[in-house]
Amino acid sequence: MGTTASIPQETATIHALPNAWRVELFRKRAADDPDGKSLTAAARELGLAGLQSARMGRGYLLPPSLEREALEQITRELLADPLLDEVRIIAPGKAPPACADTRVLVARKIGVMDPVADTVQQALDRAGLAPAGLALEISTFRAWELHGTLSAEDLNSLATRVLFNDTIESVTIGGEGLSYGESHPKASFERVQVDLLDADHNTLVEISKRGALSLNLAEMQAIQSHFQGLGRNPSACELETLAQTWSEHCKHKTFAAIVELDGRRIDNLLKQTIKSATHELDRDWCISVFHDNAGIIAFDGDWDICFKVETHNHPSAIDPYGGAGTGIGGVIRDILGVGLGAKPIAGTDAFFVGPADLAPEDLPPGCMHPRRILRGVIAGVRDYGNRMGIPTVNGGVWFDEGFVGNPLVYAGTVGLIPRWAATKSVQPGDKILVVGGRTGRDGIHGATFSSLELHEESEMVSAAAVQIGDPVTEKRVLDALLTARDKKLYRSITDCGAGGLSSAVGEMGAECGARVDLELVPLKYQGLSPEEIWISEAQERMVLAVPPEDLSACIAVFEAEDVEATCIGHFDDSGHLRLYYEGAEMCDIEMEFLHDGTPRPVRQASWSPPAWEDPGAPRAENPGATLLELLARPNISSREWIVRQYDHEVQGTSVLKPLVGVKGEAPGDGAVIRPLEDSFRGVAITCGANPRYGRLHPGRMALAVIDEALRNSLAVGGNPTRTAILDNFSWGNCERPEQLGALVLAAEACREAALAYGTPFISGKDSLNNEYRVGDHSQAIPPTLLISALSVVSDVRRTVSMDLKCAGNLIYQVGLTRAELGGSEYLAILGLEGGVVPAPDLGRAPALFANLHLAMEAGLVRACHDLSEGGLAVAAAEMAFGGGLGLDLDIACVPTLPLAPNYDATATALFSEACTRFLVEIAPEDQTDFEVLLDDAAFALVGRVRADDTFEVRGADGAVLIQLPLSELADAHRCASRG
Amino acid sequence: MTQPKALVLRTAGTNCDSETARALRLAGASTEVLHTKQLVQAPSRLEEIEILVIAGGFSYGDDISAGRVWGHQLRHFLLPALRTFVDRGGLILGVCNGFQVLVEAGLLGSTDADGLRDIALTNNSSNRYECRWVELESQPCACPWITAGERMPVPVAHAEGRFCVKDAATLVRLKAAGQIALVYTDPEAPKSSAVGYPTNPNGSVEQIAGICDPSGRVLGLMPHPERNLDPWNHPRWTRMAPRSAGEGLAFYEAMVAVAEGSPVA
Repeated sequence: MGTTASIPQETATIHALPNAWRVELFRKRAADDPDGKSLTAAARELGLAGLQSARMGRGYLLPPSLEREALEQITRELLADPLLDEVRIIAPGKAPPACADTRVLVARKIGVMDPVADTVQQALDRAGLAPAGLALEISTFRAWELHGTLSAEDLNSLATRVLFNDTIESVTIGGEGLSYGESHPKASFERVQVDLLDADHNTLVEISKRGALSLNLAEMQAIQSHFQGLGRNPSACELETLAQTWSEHCKHKTFAAIVELDGRRIDNLLKQTIKSATHELDRDWCISVFHDNAGIIAFDGDWDICFKVETHNHPSAIDPYGGAGTGIGGVIRDILGVGLGAKPIAGTDAFFVGPADLAPEDLPPGCMHPRRILRGVIAGVRDYGNRMGIPTVNGGVWFDEGFVGNPLVYAGTVGLIPRWAATKSVQPGDKILVVGGRTGRDGIHGATFSSLELHEESEMVSAAAVQIGDPVTEKRVLDALLTARDKKLYRSITDCGAGGLSSAVGEMGAECGARVDLELVPLKYQGLSPEEIWISEAQERMVLAVPPEDLSACIAVFEAEDVEATCIGHFDDSGHLRLYYEGAEMCDIEMEFLHDGTPRPVRQASWSPPAWEDPGAPRAENPGATLLELLARPNISSREWIVRQYDHEVQGTSVLKPLVGVKGEAPGDGAVIRPLEDSFRGVAITCGANPRYGRLHPGRMALAVIDEALRNSLAVGGNPTRTAILDNFSWGNCERPEQLGALVLAAEACREAALAYGTPFISGKDSLNNEYRVGDHSQAIPPTLLISALSVVSDVRRTVSMDLKCAGNLIYQVGLTRAELGGSEYLAILGLEGGVVPAPDLGRAPALFANLHLAMEAGLVRACHDLSEGGLAVAAAEMAFGGGLGLDLDIACVPTLPLAPNYDATATALFSEACTRFLVEIAPEDQTDFEVLLDDAAFALVGRVRADDTFEVRGADGAVLIQLPLSELADAHRCASRG
Repeated sequence: MTQPKALVLRTAGTNCDSETARALRLAGASTEVLHTKQLVQAPSRLEEIEILVIAGGFSYGDDISAGRVWGHQLRHFLLPALRTFVDRGGLILGVCNGFQVLVEAGLLGSTDADGLRDIALTNNSSNRYECRWVELESQPCACPWITAGERMPVPVAHAEGRFCVKDAATLVRLKAAGQIALVYTDPEAPKSSAVGYPTNPNGSVEQIAGICDPSGRVLGLMPHPERNLDPWNHPRWTRMAPRSAGEGLAFYEAMVAVAEGSPVA
């Protein structure tokens, strides 16, 4: 024991015994240690049976200059629980007594945020527990004590796969050394000149690559010729500023490019498709679309609602916990930075990961197992979202082989904003106020990193691109910000996201000009270069434009919440972005070149229809067994183990929860909240996505997932004429014509669907270059479009949940079943590829939505559920076990379009995933009214709610096809759940 | 009779202050939300009120341990003022993080022979944060606004809500002093029968969800009655006959009524 030999060199930093007091707190032997238990279970899961038991200790390092008495007081009053904790205090330079077979110490790497240490420090300062004049340096670590017989190899495996993340943490196995008080490396504070004027093509490419700038040759040439015109070389700071501003992440160059497809020329894909639909629809309730940090629509009276969804894919691939947490933190800041700032009222999240049961040998080098990624991102969303006090109410998880190397993590936030605060403008002379967290070396090059493909060494080279979130700092910012907004103490605001201050100040000053003195930016530690200060993506920061006369009042509001607020410069009318460091000029770029100088190359796109055969719909030998198998499919089974880890009740606004039904275990179609206490209006939040469709046909996929998001919204009572949608594209490398062709198809389908449904897009984001390279082979993800819908519910008292309500009620299928099983879960369990991807009939679907909504508004609908993955059979089963009531279904009555011979009628009726379909429960006395309101929409009475707990389906000939007790359906749906 | 006055206390990371203030207002108290810093600066604010509620959330990120830092702050700066407030008839309620803070601050009056705290709220037995609805049953206890035998559906949402005690003697003493106020119960099961997970969502000893101090005027509980004020908050309201309010409102109304009946001298 006690070896570090097999841990990679980078992580095996052997530290000396720290010159610091070491406090380790373990649970007393008599008290439960859940962390120890979890680790033992995880080891068993990895086949490491040698680990018999484990305990986790929370460790703190405190300055050696503290007297023992002071240290004991701090431990007793603040760090330890008198009832639960066993306290170990180890003097500076000493080792703890040996009390386990192996000890493993996990500590944060230098420069990685340590919010707990900050909290301890502040608490000691506040209470005067630290001797006066003593600067307290505190850090934290975890000490694992392992008992059993693990080989060095097993220990290594346990450490790398469970105990630590190499990107942000260091590990010591068997040793007692810990890093303490190391100083941060010092960078150069001088202006650095980049020799660009005479560089040839190769050198230009090399400069971009070496600096991790993600600028291509054409862009480097544009910069070169701009500076040739000025007759000087750029500074490193100028080049970095251009790289951040021009990054795919910030600029969306692909969507704004000129694209040629089949001889057609599309000048700016986004403008021609998604934005043009919104502009043609021209809804007066669209208050702010596309140009701000989120889209805003009218809600009720003087109140508007806004919505933004972001991706955080690459950071989450290398640090799932930190990546997902900061993804949430970032999208919350988008909402804080829309208009003059909105109050976050709901959160959403969607994950796309590889199969949870992936065999370890199938895991590509450099990748984390999908299950570890999923657990990490869930924990990240949980710990950040819950701490912010924002209910996480909607989302989804999709499993597909295509996401093994490159998972997708989407996070969304809905906000509430008074109409007067929906617009903003910067005036020359306004002070630039940065508020929130301090700036450190975390998150350097996040914007440019996200624009590159992932590869085997991503976690090595990109460690600096990962940030660690500190939600309490962001919560403080939120509290102070809304107070300052209501006192009207600032004129404009934006968040510090990708590109850091560079993007925030650059965008706010785009129309006028700005000057920043970089040495004024508050730092976490000394040693950052001016460039690092300027582009750091350190979290929890916002930038405000404050009229000079309001500056001190504004700073006072933030200080009252213990939020640092610092003036770092001002906006002016120079038309230039000028940066100084202690008086020396670091950057002077014309705003016009910065924002409009990006070259617009012509990109080639191609598309050829998929070469799949249509396998039709083979007959199901045993439809009951198939239904049980479908309910347990990873993409259908219960998400309860995830949903319950999120606080979906905070703020007290919940109307329809993510899980509904008698036992609270049935999947609702969407969430409804009531954000204003003096109004019955509600907000419905739903989504739609399906990468399996995307792989087969990106255009039909786009139509299908828009239909799905709108179906979900309608099913919970959303008003289809007051529904807005958001697009989030995650695609492979669009430098490749076929990827770009797929993107064009999907974007054009978005336009078509938005116009047909009268549903405008109000915001969106794209994440391109989602590929994973091993050696020479680059694997793209399946084209994945997440559609998020935000809808106004006119009266929350009329919302409907999907669980069956009453025996004897009638069950209608609304909408036509079509021979569309391409990408379906049914074909997936048969191992069949290809087929026709579902797509809505855009000529009829909007009228069907309108009619069904009328029936819901009239109070005729008792339960409503959309038909999606798994089709009619799965939807009916979910409604039945949700309501604890059996059901009779008659397949002969299912409204179906005529079928080709290779489509079995029963299998098609039960398992087709055709769009625009619902199951609706109606009381017998409302039958006529309901049918009159549905008018000429396709619908049919297909079943009846039973009084017992039997789920029964009869075939066209009247024979019983499926007969199952509800408990078996619910068990199947629940069985795949895991934590 | 004058309208009772309530303060909702918050700090960095508190996130249930708005709905808690709303509950108190709906229950009839004039209510203000106050940052702990301001109360530390002016503890005399306690002399103007009858009710103090320590709101839920993640104070200081729940760093070190849930409620530890805020509890330490109250103990360090406000303990005498808070004790005087309770002695003069004031009511203190701690919900979720507020309960954890009351335990940490030592305001629930439970210490062993050495003067050390002998109760704690620790990691759920599932070792993770859980948000779910539970049913509470009120116990015969010292708390004047709790009526024994009543039941109330409420959501819990926490990671560190498992109530535990130093030893069996602690439990005996808590019971004898009428300090056990609320327990988790199965709505289907007979009263006061033992229940397992998830009815007891965190593994608390004897299903204890809330306790009071021996005076009954300080109460802490893990679940959130302020998240069940409206008719449509209940997870099965779409299956129920029309209702006028959520069950959590009555909880706050009972507290405000007690404050109204015995205004601070």
